[in-house]
Amino acid sequence: MADTVADVQQHEAHGHVDHHHEQSWVSKYVFSVDHKIIALQYLFTGMFMGIIGGYMAYVFRMQLAFPGISVPGFGQVSPGEYNALITNHGSIMIFWVAMPVLIAAFGNFLIPLMIGADDMVFPRINRLSFQVFFVSSVVLLLSLFVEGGGFGGAWTSYPPLSASGDYNQTELGATLWLLAVALEFVAFLLGGINFITTLMNSRAPGMRAYDIPLVCWMIVIASILFMLSVGPLLAGAVMLLFDQVLNTGFYDPARGGDPILWQHLFWFFGHPEVYVVLLPAIGITVEVMATFARKKIFGYKMVLYTAVATGVLSFFVWAHHQFVAGIDPRMANVFTITTLLISVPIAEMLFVMIATLYGGSITLTTPMLWALSFMAEFLIGGVTGIFLGASGADIYFHDTYFVLAHFHYTFFPIAIIGTFCAFTYWFPKMFGRMMNDTLGKIHFWGTIIPFNFIFIPLFVLGMGGQHRRIYNFQHFPDIAGPEYFQLRQIATIALLVMLAFQLVFFYNVIVSWMKGEKAGKNPWKANTLEWTTESPPPHGNWPVDELPTVYRGPYEYGHPDREEDYWPQNLPG
Amino acid sequence: MSAESATYPAAGRPDRGKPILPNGVLGMLVFIFTEIMFFSGLISAHTIVKSQAAGQMWPPYGQPRLPIEETALNSLALLVSGIVLVFTWFTFKRDPNQARIPLLLSIILGSIFVGFQGAEWVALLAEGLTMQSSSYGGFFYLIVGSHGIHAVGALAALMWTYDRLNKDVLRSTQLATVSAFWYFVVLVWPILYWQVYL
Repeated sequence: MADTVADVQQHEAHGHVDHHHEQSWVSKYVFSVDHKIIALQYLFTGMFMGIIGGYMAYVFRMQLAFPGISVPGFGQVSPGEYNALITNHGSIMIFWVAMPVLIAAFGNFLIPLMIGADDMVFPRINRLSFQVFFVSSVVLLLSLFVEGGGFGGAWTSYPPLSASGDYNQTELGATLWLLAVALEFVAFLLGGINFITTLMNSRAPGMRAYDIPLVCWMIVIASILFMLSVGPLLAGAVMLLFDQVLNTGFYDPARGGDPILWQHLFWFFGHPEVYVVLLPAIGITVEVMATFARKKIFGYKMVLYTAVATGVLSFFVWAHHQFVAGIDPRMANVFTITTLLISVPIAEMLFVMIATLYGGSITLTTPMLWALSFMAEFLIGGVTGIFLGASGADIYFHDTYFVLAHFHYTFFPIAIIGTFCAFTYWFPKMFGRMMNDTLGKIHFWGTIIPFNFIFIPLFVLGMGGQHRRIYNFQHFPDIAGPEYFQLRQIATIALLVMLAFQLVFFYNVIVSWMKGEKAGKNPWKANTLEWTTESPPPHGNWPVDELPTVYRGPYEYGHPDREEDYWPQNLPG
Repeated sequence: MSAESATYPAAGRPDRGKPILPNGVLGMLVFIFTEIMFFSGLISAHTIVKSQAAGQMWPPYGQPRLPIEETALNSLALLVSGIVLVFTWFTFKRDPNQARIPLLLSIILGSIFVGFQGAEWVALLAEGLTMQSSSYGGFFYLIVGSHGIHAVGALAALMWTYDRLNKDVLRSTQLATVSAFWYFVVLVWPILYWQVYL
């Protein structure tokens, strides 16, 4: 088959030369097959959805802190609207912010540039992936405005509540929500095929498996996890869709179905999904830490192998979401053990980060601050997870604000801190200009401090027994003493402060994009291949006859025999 | 860290390792893994519901039985189609012109399978087995229907390769990619047959 491969590659190489002609604005930026443009499309769509998700959080937090008030910019929140807001906040932040930004946007931007390829191996499938994703975003936003309102059955969408319009009162909203999620999965399926194949087949000459930057490995391992876990959920989603639309009885116990079945199918995907978004965030953090500590990663292979171990283990932990769903207690024991086990590889990665920092010459730039805060905040999320993984403690904590605070301490570092870390680090490469560091630091502190003020009170509320998904706590006087109200108000005010500081970020992006200092090829003096080309990289990334060649691993900082403290991967000798 | 271990020896560098599989086939294999997990999801859901059936009655009382023998015969057409496609591949490698007839034969056998499955559905619907009649009927149409949609898609792709073969522009990677999907459709069927029919 070797001759065929050569044929195809030659064919593709020729095809690419033909692409270098002037394009109209629409074909260049809207229907582009260039991985960098698709990355920006994903990034900006994700950020737009992030603003909507943040707005939703603002509305329902206001309702929780000041029940019954007319929320500025929304009006009075009805119970149905409250449910739709929390459901879609969760769905949007996970499926339309964390996944598209961390995996699709940075995966698309970084993988070809970091492995020295001119584009993805399937550029048109890549374009299709974004188009499907875009349609899914539109469908989701539409579902909020149909008759009956948006779906309010939580992002986990448990039947029988989600299976019938008679129960959830949002017949069309529920169906559109499910359709949007399914479309979004199809988009990432297409993207994932591209990432895996590109990393396998398109690496620069000389780049061996252990010369690949860790962030590329992490995104690809995450894609593999996604591909392996999404099938059962799609199967479950088809069954749920049939229950909603065709009136079948897959989840209806009265007709021989089983509602717990959905929980198994959902969490079989849902828990690996946590690691699908976590691994890219860890990859980004590790990359940034090596650059700004001017030190080689401590244990490259260890990070890689622990990521694989995490991936394997993540398929055997799903039932820890169901300790109170009536599963067999013996099964609960097994899943407690696997859940506690999975903290071992994750802790290992955090130790690797600490060991990388130890003895390094650390520069506290904005991306480095984000990377360090990722470590600190994620640690809190991980440690509180131990309580929830233990089936005994979980019976008390289940569905309280403790759970909510726990997973926000994991997802916020992943989706928000990870994104800001990557965005501030690669902004010079994406747009050719430096970001303002002072504004970046103001934004950093203005985000991190309020974040802790939002969620630490929620831990306390959860331990006090306060349950999630309650529209108005005044209806439950037993768990709504005055001290609790104060904590809820602290959380809401902190959220307002945090949202206000995001304006600094948008101001910084716009000003830096227009007037920032020119970045040059390699502003951070980093080793990986994306820093060897122009900023922003031209179509095809490098001139056709100057594609890079790799001579060493990606983290050779502070080498004793060299005058400069970094050693780019593409320099011979 | 010494200089020797930081930089690889110059000999043998730089080289671009030969890909183990061409892009198309590798991408298709990744997709097939997802598909395998999709069908595993359906089968495990089916197994769980089956094991919890009221009074261990499966099929449930009053529901028609599935045509086991006819479908077994029909499955044979699908399996032979897969074998013929293997033969097509080796013929294509030797001489693309001679691959036309086995490729067409493979498509026809596959179409016979899909056609008979459709006829079987019409008969079962007439006997009162519908998606709503019981979870038994629901799973039957869901699993067999999912497989049927995959088969139709794969047949369309095979027809596309046949068209390209006729125009003499078929590349072996394209045939390998499409064949990989057809092999998946063929090989997953005995498992579905065993789980759903038997």
